[in-house]
Amino acid sequence: MSDGALTKADLAEKLYEDLGLNKREAKELVELFFEEIRHALENNEQVKLSGFGNFELRDKSQRPGRNPKTGEEIPISARRVVTFRPGQKLKARVEAYVGTES
Amino acid sequence: MTKSELIEYITEKQNQLTIKDVEMSVKLLLDYMSDILASGERIEIRGFGSFSLHYRAPRTGRNPKTGEAVVLEGKYVPHFKPGKEMRDRVNESIGK
Repeated sequence: MSDGALTKADLAEKLYEDLGLNKREAKELVELFFEEIRHALENNEQVKLSGFGNFELRDKSQRPGRNPKTGEEIPISARRVVTFRPGQKLKARVEAYVGTES
Repeated sequence: MTKSELIEYITEKQNQLTIKDVEMSVKLLLDYMSDILASGERIEIRGFGSFSLHYRAPRTGRNPKTGEAVVLEGKYVPHFKPGKEMRDRVNESIGK
């Protein structure tokens, strides 16, 4: 782990430890889990994971932009973006967290 | 796509685990990711995105019914930042 953040390897380790999946199965499951979510989103389909949250898609129309260095005007093209809306359960759990760092 | 559809699709894509195993695994992954966030740690999934907490400063809000001022304490909210592969793949789907 680079800076302590949780990674796919840690998730696979958890499946191995708690459910007894073998390491290859655990790794494959973690890959499929994220790939299937991405796959739905790239097909313009929302993903609703009750208790955790929803991944939603938003279409942004083209808007005027500017190169901050040169001041030159360049349009920012229309794009589709993913947003995450945490579910009630996850929000409630995280709200209770009192961080030690600001 | 719902959680149960996700479980079905994962089950179809591999041939080692039963749907029951996949169901337990998906639930465990989501619970564990929630635990990690609730403990203030980040999650970084390359090509997918990262989850972290954002702080919301305390503020004075109002009860919309009575107009009465209420003190809202500072709190943490979960935040997701899509990774590059996710951004690119989703954006390429525009107009399809």
